[in-house]
Amino acid sequence: MTMGLPANPLGRSVDPSLRRPTRVRLTRSRLLLGLLGGLVVLAVVRVITGAQDLTSAGTLGATVNLALPIALAGLGGLWSERSGVVNIGLEGMMILGTWFGAQFAFISGSPWMGIVGGLVGGLIGGVVHAIATIVFGVDQIVSGVAINILGLGVGRYLSGVFFTGQAGGGPTQSPQVPTFHSLKLPGADSLFGGVEARHWLVVSDVAGLARAVLTSLNVFTILAIALVPVTWFVLWRTAFGLRLRACGENPTAAESLGVNVYRMRWIAALISGMFAGLAGAFLVNFTGIYREGQTGGRGYIGLAAMIFGNWRPGGLFAGATLFGYTDALQLRQGSTSVHALLLVLVVALAFAAVMAIRRRRPAAIVVPAGLAVLVAVLYATTSTLPSELVTYTPQIITLLVLALASQRLRMPAADGLPWRRGQRT
Amino acid sequence: MTRMTRAAFNVGAALLGLLVAALIAAAILLARGSNPIFALSQMVDYGSQRPSIVAIINSATTYYLAAIAVAIGFRMNLFNIGVDGQYRLAAMLAAAFGGSVALPNGVRQIATVAVAMLVGALWAGVAAVLKAARGVSEVISTIMLNFVATGIVAYLLTANRLGYQAPGSNNIGTKPIPPSGQIVGLDLIPGAGRRVYGLIVLAVLVGLAYQLVISRTRFGFNLRATGRSETAAAASGVNVKRMIIITMLISGAIAGLVGMPNLLGESHQYSLNFPSGLGFTGIAIALLGRNHPVGIAFGALLWAFLDQSALILDIYSIPKEIVQILQAAVVLSVVVTYELVRRFALMRQQQRVGRQLSGAPDGPSSPQEVPA
Repeated sequence: MTMGLPANPLGRSVDPSLRRPTRVRLTRSRLLLGLLGGLVVLAVVRVITGAQDLTSAGTLGATVNLALPIALAGLGGLWSERSGVVNIGLEGMMILGTWFGAQFAFISGSPWMGIVGGLVGGLIGGVVHAIATIVFGVDQIVSGVAINILGLGVGRYLSGVFFTGQAGGGPTQSPQVPTFHSLKLPGADSLFGGVEARHWLVVSDVAGLARAVLTSLNVFTILAIALVPVTWFVLWRTAFGLRLRACGENPTAAESLGVNVYRMRWIAALISGMFAGLAGAFLVNFTGIYREGQTGGRGYIGLAAMIFGNWRPGGLFAGATLFGYTDALQLRQGSTSVHALLLVLVVALAFAAVMAIRRRRPAAIVVPAGLAVLVAVLYATTSTLPSELVTYTPQIITLLVLALASQRLRMPAADGLPWRRGQRT
Repeated sequence: MTRMTRAAFNVGAALLGLLVAALIAAAILLARGSNPIFALSQMVDYGSQRPSIVAIINSATTYYLAAIAVAIGFRMNLFNIGVDGQYRLAAMLAAAFGGSVALPNGVRQIATVAVAMLVGALWAGVAAVLKAARGVSEVISTIMLNFVATGIVAYLLTANRLGYQAPGSNNIGTKPIPPSGQIVGLDLIPGAGRRVYGLIVLAVLVGLAYQLVISRTRFGFNLRATGRSETAAAASGVNVKRMIIITMLISGAIAGLVGMPNLLGESHQYSLNFPSGLGFTGIAIALLGRNHPVGIAFGALLWAFLDQSALILDIYSIPKEIVQILQAAVVLSVVVTYELVRRFALMRQQQRVGRQLSGAPDGPSSPQEVPA
């Protein structure tokens, strides 16, 4: 630095967490406190607004089913990006997963084969992505975009060939396929349903949560939830995971220590595809049918959940839950429920502003405080929201969350950079 | 390597990629028991009829604008995947403007196009500000904005807002633009029964302006420099954040133009019949054309030809979706062959440099490896 350049010409390459050592650590007790606080806020808002669907078992049960495909897609993104391969083709791989999941389940008559089908479909997408990006070193986003086009085309073509002529099937949808039964705890429905119907503050909300958990899970949902800690364990607690992450941070250094970067990235891309395919199979199992456009951008939202979660499984799962919850809410009396959600948003923004005051960062106070006032005015001057816009609540929340959260994020250092053996930098 | 040999390499790579993709599609058709040669000959037959040619030119015009909008971002490593949302929002609001604001002939058309550019730029500007101020990846934000745009269009396109329902029709659209606000088509292909969009001229102008700005202005130089290396550009005095915002705004403004040829030349109103997913088509074509205006023109024509000629396949009970697979395969294989050609050229360059450094025409090739 003899030229006297400023040490930080872009003004953004310094990791914010280094600058602010006072950053609040997320401990287990803080997490529990946060979750509890969230539930109480929702309960209070529910009582104030009368939007009972905010914490009803129906909404929360739907949340599970809508959040998990996003979480699975996000995990797919996590696996490949941790190894240094950006995977924007998740959406296309998910489409392949829905088609093959439906076809396998339909032919065999077993939902288990639907899972296998989803894995196979996603794997195909993963192989294409790996060949393009790892063997040929093509730009990873470009390959992903092509895979999205490919997934759409393959889904349409195969439906035209295989589903047309089947009972209820056609070029845009499959026949009904077998699905997993939900595992209901006997008596839970009536017991907790009764408490829920009383609309008591907090008590009924907890009952709604309990009823959702005890009545709307099935084998696939439990499997999908389990994959979150499994991913964390493999990537952060095994030697294999450490090597894989090393390839995403500094492939040249990893190679110098004897890690086969190509092989690691291949494995990661294939697993990534399988996760995306699983997300597709999950959707098919949820709706009992393959339908064109069924994925509805969930692959992209999964990617956003991963970014929101700072390339970590726990944060990713939290993001997916948030998006799944808002998606479930817009489906259940969306105009009223999402309107009530505005009040929750005001509380959250005010909280963010208060936290910024405590940390003495004046610049970070103005934006959330201003937004809080804006949203409060919007809430006060309207009674419902237009249903056409409410449909896209998850997407709007995604944008908001990314806008407010994204400066603290740190992606894997070599993420998205094509790498070739023998390369020095 | 001279410009000519580089161009020849690129054309060769494109043709090779096309061939590979065609072979893949042929294999898929064969697996189903269809004759790929027959399918291709029917497609060429149908695609070269006069009405088809007009349809191809018209959709190629639309695709061309979408691809240029994407390409300008690509030149500085900015992925505007939101062309789709920008174009639909812009087309809808411009159509509502053109249909309801009475202005003299000539001014009205220009104003409508200006509104479209403005709306497209503003919608892209949201993603630009999010990226420059908050570091949000434009890939994610523009995709989300596409969805939100769909919602806004659906919200505004209802009867008591900007929607208009012709008596006896249940297709809702914006208020039709009267003849004084339209742009007449060109009768380029006589006997086709359909005219070529008048705004094809605008598309050509946009292509020229794009090339001029990219290769002959300081802004274009800064843009390419930022695309190659953000840090190097910043060190040489380029304001990267400003570049992100300006480029995104320009890209959005061009995206706003995408719907104009159809709106002013044929449909005269925005309805839900306007195609969606044009953003991804634009990305694919920009990749095929290597971000070069001439290459993009060929890419757009190829894409439009495949779209149009596929329509005949249904008659022979061949699923026309095979063409979509073909298109995706073309993108993937062409991108791969471009990369292979790039590596090959790099290798040749290294060998030449090695020979020159060692002083002998047939000396050992350089052991030095240049980072890819």
